Amino acid sequence: MEQYKGKSIFNGIAIGRIKYYEKNQQVVKRVKVEEPQEEIKRYEEAKEKAIKALNNLYEKALVDVGEANAMIFEIHAMMLEDDDYNDSIYNIIKNDCVNAEFAVATTGDNFSRMFAEMEDEYFKARAADVKDISERVINALSGYDMGNGVIDEPIIIVAEDLAPSETVQMDKSKLLGFVTRLGSANSHTAILARTMNIPALIGVDIERKWHGKMAIIDGKKGILYVDPSMDILEKYLEKKKREEDGKKLLQNLKGLPDETLDGKKIKLYANIGSVADVTNVLANDGAGIGLFRSEFLYLEKSEYPTEEEQFQVYKTVVQNMAGKKVVIRTLDIGADKQVDYFNIEKEENPAMGYRAIRICLDRVDIFKTQLRAIYRASAFGQVAIMFPMIISVDEIVKIKGICEEIKKELREGEIAFGEVELGVMIETPAAVMISDQLAKEVDFFSIGTNDLTQYTLAIDRQNAKLDNIYDPHHPAVLRMIQMVIDSGHRENIWVGICGELGADTGLTEQFIKMGIDELSVSPSFILPLRDIIRKTKVFS
Amino acid sequence: MKEFSYEIKDEVGIHARPAGMLAKEAKIFSSKITIEANGKSADVTKLMAVMGLGIKKGTKVNIKAEGEDEEAAIASIEEFMKNNL
Repeated sequence: MEQYKGKSIFNGIAIGRIKYYEKNQQVVKRVKVEEPQEEIKRYEEAKEKAIKALNNLYEKALVDVGEANAMIFEIHAMMLEDDDYNDSIYNIIKNDCVNAEFAVATTGDNFSRMFAEMEDEYFKARAADVKDISERVINALSGYDMGNGVIDEPIIIVAEDLAPSETVQMDKSKLLGFVTRLGSANSHTAILARTMNIPALIGVDIERKWHGKMAIIDGKKGILYVDPSMDILEKYLEKKKREEDGKKLLQNLKGLPDETLDGKKIKLYANIGSVADVTNVLANDGAGIGLFRSEFLYLEKSEYPTEEEQFQVYKTVVQNMAGKKVVIRTLDIGADKQVDYFNIEKEENPAMGYRAIRICLDRVDIFKTQLRAIYRASAFGQVAIMFPMIISVDEIVKIKGICEEIKKELREGEIAFGEVELGVMIETPAAVMISDQLAKEVDFFSIGTNDLTQYTLAIDRQNAKLDNIYDPHHPAVLRMIQMVIDSGHRENIWVGICGELGADTGLTEQFIKMGIDELSVSPSFILPLRDIIRKTKVFS
Repeated sequence: MKEFSYEIKDEVGIHARPAGMLAKEAKIFSSKITIEANGKSADVTKLMAVMGLGIKKGTKVNIKAEGEDEEAAIASIEEFMKNNL
């Protein structure tokens, strides 16, 4: 298996065989002619032919990719009518007594160089258009048909470069994706790829010998796999399937409420780990963010992130969600998720060690910096905060005291902030057992099923030997969840699940019947879950 | 001779599409219509020359028309620019 990096034009996955695409590159020879008038006539005929072909392409593109994108072929036709371009060709033929092919090639080179030398990226990219029209005329002159792009089986096209006319001529149902060495993100080909939803990479060191080999384009990561291993292939087939299922669901389910047949509304939120994930949440129609892991802010840095840095990140996410709820989980690091500058000592048993809220309540300065940043961001939307690894009411009382201090400071500094819900991330059996008391103190519960399962079953998640008995469906875990829901509802607060179990479609119906109010899952699971929710009846 | 100035508001500037439409528009008239920007000028009917000026957003352009129908030409080009650029 080989792996190559490229610049992604369109996110998405393509899996298929490679076809190495070569242009029928005409080698244009300079030939002396006796009668330049004949050559001019030949050129004019070829030009008419080319313009006719472009008009046909325009009609085809109009249907396939819409007017705005089809326009390029009309422009190509106009370029062929351009006076300067034509004068240059006539002059070369007449003055040098050469064949029409040579005159067109020379003129095409000159004009495309003019664009290539321009500063602006957009105009630079037009060099390819001039080349494309010149080649079209040369092909017409030599009687070569540029082809109708017939492809027999679905393939990934690998080529040095692709002209817009080549891209649009290819049969869309057979074109899985394309990979080129040249081209820019601004080229019409790139724009067409985006409109046609075709995964594409540019700037890849392509090789002719790939012809016929299996390949995978990962448009999200900008990676091309040639001859992928079975593992990788299976992984991507699975991903691709999910992507396609998601797309289908998206079409049917986008914009519909997350509501059961008998009218129970579920908050279907997304888990994210960075700002970039927000686009995914919106694309999958998430109603909010149920778990924003703030660790990346700390893990990516070599020193403590400042309040301002954090504020900017939270604010961006909150603004992008435009009034939808964003639940930010405060710092959850420990000896297993190491950050050098925290100087945390190695531990025998980090899962039960100095981590998360335990660090925050010990080193309050770090905690306050984060909380201030979150409170400031709350002025821009609907923000909630949840605290990980809680085991006692005392911790919550302390945290609430700190939050009050921060609000007071902000008020004194005349810094804006909004209403912020506070919640407990329920992930220890201790928190479950005292959930009735905790519920009196906070606005919501969110159950972190990964840790809750590990602590309840006393099974180390990292130990692969125990995988066969690590069972999140264990009745002990499910009873814990039921207990938390009931405690929450007695105090009229909402209860959600933000662990992996929330995305377990085999349990969705059961969770709803158990009374869960919110499910927070990876963005790609939102629509599959919406589908189930909308088919479920709470009381049957 | 008639003329007017205009500041380009389109994000990409005078790109291929409007340049093509502009050329089409200009060809209707018998007057010679030129566009000046960044100290260079081009015949508006010449698509590639106009694109070659590399006119970006915020650039001030000056359009001149000279000929029998210069008045109608300038009015029509001005309207086109306002609507499309």
